[in-house]
Amino acid sequence: MMDFLQPTSWSEALRIKSERPGAVPVAGGTDVMVELNFDHRRPEALLDLNRVAELAEWSEEDGRVRLGAGVPYARVITELGDELPGLAMASRTVGSPQIRNRGTVGGNLGAASPAGDSHPALLAADAVVEVASVRGTRMIPAAEFYTGVKRNALEPDELIAAIHLDVARGPQQFAKVGTRNAMVIAVCAFGLALHPEQQRVGTGIGSAAPTPRRASAAEEFLSGELTAAGLWSAPRPLTDSVRRRFGELVAQAASPIDDVRGSAAYRRHALAVLARRTLGWVWQDYCGGSWPACA
Amino acid sequence: MTQRTSARDSVRELSTAVTGGIGESPRRPDGTLKVRGEFAYSSDLWHEDMLWGATLRSPHPHARILSIDLTEALRTPGVYAVLTHEDVPGENIYGLEHPDQPVLAVDRVRYQGESVALVAADHPETARRAVARIKVEYAELPPVTDMVAAAKGEGPPLHPDGNVVRHLKIRRGDPEATADVMVVGEYEIGMQDQAFLGPESGLAVPAEDGGVDLYVATQWLHVDQKQVANALGLPLEKVRLTLAGVGGAFGGREDLSMQVHACMLALHTGKPVKMVYNREESFFGHVHRHPAKLYYEHGATKDGRLVYVRAKIYLDGGAYTSSTPAVVANAATLGVGPYRVDNVAVDCWGVYTNNPPCGAMRGFGAVQAAFGYESQMDKLAERLGMDPVEIRVHNAIAEGDTMPTGQVIDSPAPVAELMRRLRRLPMPPENREEPVDIRDMPGGVSNTTHGEGVVRGVGYAVGIKNICFSEGFDDYSTARLRVQTVGGEPAALVHTAAAEVGQGLVTVKQQVVRSELGIERVTVAPMDTTVGNGGSTSASRQTYVTGGAVRKVCQTVRQRIFELAARKLGHGPDGLELAGGKVVDASGVVLADLVDVLGDDVVEETEVYRHRPTYRVDSETGQGNAHVQYGFAAHRAIVDVDTELGLVKVVQLDCVQDVGKAMNPQAVVGQIHGGSAQGLGLAVMEEIQVVDGKVRNPSFTDYLIPTILDMPPMTVDVLELADPHAPYGLRGVGEPPTISSTPAIVAAIRAATGNALPRVPVRPEHITGT
Repeated sequence: MMDFLQPTSWSEALRIKSERPGAVPVAGGTDVMVELNFDHRRPEALLDLNRVAELAEWSEEDGRVRLGAGVPYARVITELGDELPGLAMASRTVGSPQIRNRGTVGGNLGAASPAGDSHPALLAADAVVEVASVRGTRMIPAAEFYTGVKRNALEPDELIAAIHLDVARGPQQFAKVGTRNAMVIAVCAFGLALHPEQQRVGTGIGSAAPTPRRASAAEEFLSGELTAAGLWSAPRPLTDSVRRRFGELVAQAASPIDDVRGSAAYRRHALAVLARRTLGWVWQDYCGGSWPACA
Repeated sequence: MTQRTSARDSVRELSTAVTGGIGESPRRPDGTLKVRGEFAYSSDLWHEDMLWGATLRSPHPHARILSIDLTEALRTPGVYAVLTHEDVPGENIYGLEHPDQPVLAVDRVRYQGESVALVAADHPETARRAVARIKVEYAELPPVTDMVAAAKGEGPPLHPDGNVVRHLKIRRGDPEATADVMVVGEYEIGMQDQAFLGPESGLAVPAEDGGVDLYVATQWLHVDQKQVANALGLPLEKVRLTLAGVGGAFGGREDLSMQVHACMLALHTGKPVKMVYNREESFFGHVHRHPAKLYYEHGATKDGRLVYVRAKIYLDGGAYTSSTPAVVANAATLGVGPYRVDNVAVDCWGVYTNNPPCGAMRGFGAVQAAFGYESQMDKLAERLGMDPVEIRVHNAIAEGDTMPTGQVIDSPAPVAELMRRLRRLPMPPENREEPVDIRDMPGGVSNTTHGEGVVRGVGYAVGIKNICFSEGFDDYSTARLRVQTVGGEPAALVHTAAAEVGQGLVTVKQQVVRSELGIERVTVAPMDTTVGNGGSTSASRQTYVTGGAVRKVCQTVRQRIFELAARKLGHGPDGLELAGGKVVDASGVVLADLVDVLGDDVVEETEVYRHRPTYRVDSETGQGNAHVQYGFAAHRAIVDVDTELGLVKVVQLDCVQDVGKAMNPQAVVGQIHGGSAQGLGLAVMEEIQVVDGKVRNPSFTDYLIPTILDMPPMTVDVLELADPHAPYGLRGVGEPPTISSTPAIVAAIRAATGNALPRVPVRPEHITGT
């Protein structure tokens, strides 16, 4: 038997989670229910968060978005496409329309699958995960949130409350390779964000390591190149060698495996291609001059 | 349909007085329910007080069973029965033509997923948990997994007669023939799944007479009945089957799955028992398409005329026989494709291994061979600097030509015409509009390219398929028809056992009765075993054979009605016609309303229809008239390939097919769309990945089938060149479009990339070389 717990407020949800740390939170159920159906886990209880209204809200204050953990992908796409373009692009690649209506970014973080579509976009955009328990609230940068295959930094009594991201101040891109043109789990994925105000580049790699991860050396290389050449304030087309080197460094940052979806060698190769192409797209966008730091 | 060629005059002029007859596209009787999601599929079956069955399956591809301990499973509260091979009441064996598969494993398992024990419980979850508590001690054995080695007799035998199920040779002309140019190729086909959406399911209800009523989604009620009765040790009349709603089949329901199991549990517990496989179990619960390895050598003259074809074809049948002998026959007899070749030597082997059992799937045997011979035709064209359409037209078989089996094609075989028409169909615009819609790009919504690395390619292919059962099989169907007055109107009830699996036979049966008898109101009775055998819903045969049976029974019923009319009207039965609910004379004068002729009489007749006989082929030479009819389709594929990432977008997929007579044009085009999509799946994504006899991807997460963003719009050109030997001149439709779709798409990818691509499905790594 499994208990099905349905709190109607956030405080009640946190209280239940502290009393029943074995309860598995469920929002859209697009990951949890699959695991239950396959009998991969049999939790003592399910903690249904769909009745906690505040989880399904987002707000913007001082150029920063607080995205409730229960906001479905479909709303990220329709309501936050301008503010969070990278995350909205990643959301567009999630499953089918039905899945996007149910699935949430909070759920993606809770499952912490290396193949989760939102992770590369969250990493590239420097997202911070707000987690809470009856003991209080913690802010965990996305890069520190993923701790292993399908493991995250949550304590047993904690729930994911929200995700905090800056409203984009530079172009962002997301691309994912799958062997079908829709409704496909990533063979590998890549997120890229330019942060012109900080003269910095953000990256995220998906499905090519035990956890989603940043390509730090690639970020440093590209940030350095852009800064050294004064390209942030006076953008000019990038050389092929810069784009190629960036791709190589992204590929090197991955630790892929051979599995049923693709080979390790292909994943590395494809990541280099995605990195090069997404860089081309963000840089073309940046050169268009519509971004404040560029004016 | 863009073009029609009129049927030959041998086809009877059909009555036009009623709507919804032959040649029209009336609504399916089950269409509205299906579109609204209200149609009851077999998985929706329910009975008061029913139990749920579950199956324990082998985790090993090859092992001895040392012991089975049921204690803990039997102790589980809510469990009513736990059964093993010792509880099989009749013969513990089943199989389509060559029974060799145990209902429940005795002392050895030969594939991962083989059924070992059964549980019935009051809740499906309880049944599953009890299954997990059955303790089986196995001694693992090394699995036989290499089909070529198995064909050569290497490795331990899995069955008493060794591991070769069938070796068929086709020999024609000079085995030593030489030619100006020669091309060789080795090709491989991965294991495709039928991927029907409605999983295996059914409900067995024990009856007071000691028998059982089974409601089940299947393709062939009577062959199920025979096997179930044999395994239950019951006479046929005590095992009654009714077709439940079928959610797709494609060959995967021709073999038994849960039929005997549910009946065993029902008879043992005295309660109705329902079994429904989940998606993962479904991958282990039915046979798949035979993986194949093909070795071809084609010789041709300098001007591109085929001189000889030599081939060795290996088909992996997995652990049990299933349909392997027929798959071997198709691959061998159709192994050179729809081409004139005077010198042929084909060797085809179907073998046992410890891989998942393979059997019927849409186009079987012909699909595998076509990937080989069409790849070879392109290779030959390239060697000779010829156009791929030209070389096919140049060598195309035609009516009056002789197949490598010696069989003379005695009905239209418009292969050259299909190719010419295909080439004339409009091409998509060369230049993309800016900005690109990523849904039109390789990678689709995953946003992998905005045009970078994308190269377009065009490919052509044509295929051949035998229609109906071959090699001397007594292939027939039975139809019962009742005509009476209902509510002041003439009404017909048509009853067959031929399984409706989604293809639209229910509609065709109505159309035939409407056209033959001029009665608009035609009800289709539920399909069950209270009427005679309808044969299998496979081999593209139901419209031909069951359609033929319905036509025949209409003719008999019509004669009975004329006899009635003669008695009542004082007019001789000769020269009467039925039209629009009236009895008319030869000059069209209305003599009486049909309702008045019928009065309170009920006219009911049953007829059996057989197509003309076929014959076994000589096992050393393959010579013989094995097939009753051939079907032909051709495809042109236009693809965009992201050459850096190895991703493919099929931009356009066009098909030209001869169907003899389009009984229901909308259903015909639907079959061509569906078959083409299934061929697209095999070309670029669909494969059950098997390593050391174990399935790595038994889910729709990792076994991918095409979505609407993978399957492009199609231009379909249907020809109607009547076959004088077939009812209404029709030609089976369902399989041919599956056959040429795959090689056309791969040819287009080759054209875009320059890669050899000897294996399907083509994976990104095959294109990028990483």
